[in-house]
Amino acid sequence: MNLSAEDFQAIALTLQLASVTTVLLLLLATPVAWWLAHTRSAWRAPVASLVALPLVLPPTVLGFYLLIALGPNGPIGQFTQWAGWGTLAFSFWGLVLGSVVYSLPFAVQPLVNAFEAMGPRPMEVAATLRASKWDAFFTVAVPLAKPGFVMAAMLSFAHTVGEFGVVLMIGGNIPDKTRVVSTQIYGHVEAMEYSQAHGLAGVMLVFSFVVLLGLSWFNRRPDQRNKVGV
Amino acid sequence: MNIHLQLDIARADFDVSVDVQLPAHGITVIYGPSGCGKTTLLRCVAGLEPSARGVVQLGHEVWQDDAQAVNLPTHQRAFGYVFQEASLFDHLDVAGNLAYGHQRAEKQSRNAMSQAVVQQTIELLGIGHLLKRRSHELSGGERQRVAIARALVTQPRLLLLDEPLAALDHARRQEVLPWLEKLRDDLNIPMLYVTHAVDEVARLADTLVVMNEGRVQANGPVADVLTQAELPVVVGEDAGALLTGIVLNIDTQWHLAQVGFAGGALWVRDSGLTVGQTVRLRVLARDVSVTLHEATHTSIQNHVPCVVDAITPEAHPSQMLLRLRCGDTVLLARVTARGVHELGLYVGMPAWAQVKSVALVK
Repeated sequence: MNLSAEDFQAIALTLQLASVTTVLLLLLATPVAWWLAHTRSAWRAPVASLVALPLVLPPTVLGFYLLIALGPNGPIGQFTQWAGWGTLAFSFWGLVLGSVVYSLPFAVQPLVNAFEAMGPRPMEVAATLRASKWDAFFTVAVPLAKPGFVMAAMLSFAHTVGEFGVVLMIGGNIPDKTRVVSTQIYGHVEAMEYSQAHGLAGVMLVFSFVVLLGLSWFNRRPDQRNKVGV
Repeated sequence: MNIHLQLDIARADFDVSVDVQLPAHGITVIYGPSGCGKTTLLRCVAGLEPSARGVVQLGHEVWQDDAQAVNLPTHQRAFGYVFQEASLFDHLDVAGNLAYGHQRAEKQSRNAMSQAVVQQTIELLGIGHLLKRRSHELSGGERQRVAIARALVTQPRLLLLDEPLAALDHARRQEVLPWLEKLRDDLNIPMLYVTHAVDEVARLADTLVVMNEGRVQANGPVADVLTQAELPVVVGEDAGALLTGIVLNIDTQWHLAQVGFAGGALWVRDSGLTVGQTVRLRVLARDVSVTLHEATHTSIQNHVPCVVDAITPEAHPSQMLLRLRCGDTVLLARVTARGVHELGLYVGMPAWAQVKSVALVK
């Protein structure tokens, strides 16, 4: 396997993008998932559908709307210019924003499942043991939902690594700035550099397989049941 | 000191509306059929039902008084709660579960609670050998004992138990029941104990609250509630009295034990009793008959002098329920209306209660 300096650059940028996205996603998805798992509000269904939209929308559609929103006349673009950050389209942080939106359902759904499987009882028990809501959340809900957090993190990371359409739409494939592995492979193929494409594609293949293997291995561990003892 | 509960909460099937004063000592059993609102009532006391309105007051300590805009959140109410399923935290071992509540209660009370409390509780419930185990490595009975201990180490002012034995099979119930009796006898913590099991009422209750469809039907010392003149509360298959007595004598030849109570004594089967031991006896109304004179030529061993206190017609016109006062104790007797007529029984008449069968509550 013969990877060029650009290939390594693309890999490094991809890992950086996926890491930042995963951290931001967990911070954002946790309150959203908690709310979805507990609310009886009429807004639950619309919000759940909104969160799940990236699952069914073609990435190009998502990227198109993001491009417009991030552009100089879009609402996000106007805000970022007002804040003095310029426009985010064709920048790393634009990619981060796109990735967060694109991978949101992959972070939210495992957490909703974990919180729902836990049920209301552990939080009630914690309250009867004098724990405030925040205290109980961090000392009971988070440890009990740990498998959900692990799965959300792995899926978010892997899904971000595998993203292509959104990146192409709002990233512009600029070397060292927005060129990630998937667009680099595309570039290699466009340029008929099949052996280079093989190298990177192989890396992606192995990576994806290892992530999925890790997930199923993690889910099988019997001591990680995400519920309280009955 | 009293526990005052005045609570209203709307439910889908019916509203729960309760206003009772309960003694702040011993075990108050809240008894009623499934779905009568007794668990809801307990959850209201705990502050786990946000829509409940009313008063929850323990002596001078007000946990909730919506008229005064007082409503402490659950974690600021100093109670311990034992759920039907033990609900131990799976991510902590037994010691971790105990420490969870103990540390927080200590922080809240702003003074050092002695570690000795934890040690004593561990000994009281016999769970010292389980401390390093996880929930799934415990039997059902052990889990429930740990859950009780976890509630106790917060040094609660009130212990709330929601059918703590309901999820256990018969053998496990028999394993945990003595520990509950021990708590009642050794600790000075009032308990509200929700159940629909008759044997738990007979064994544990000092005070009995009977609920049906969200309302309190009867409330008072257990012996009084079970034998009250108007509509005695039927707990289990038949109405009957619950007596507390002390073992006076053991007849080793015939394997009988004599239990003395306020107003008389009864012979019961000796199942390894010792003289001086306090026991509870259950005497069902169908096992008691009445004679005007002390019967001598009868196989029935137990004759107690009494006075007819009340005569109440039963649902079927052939039956009457007699309330018999023996000193400070009350027995119930189910007899035929014809029998009452033939003996010429009237309220205030002296008579003899013949007791065919007595159950030692165990």
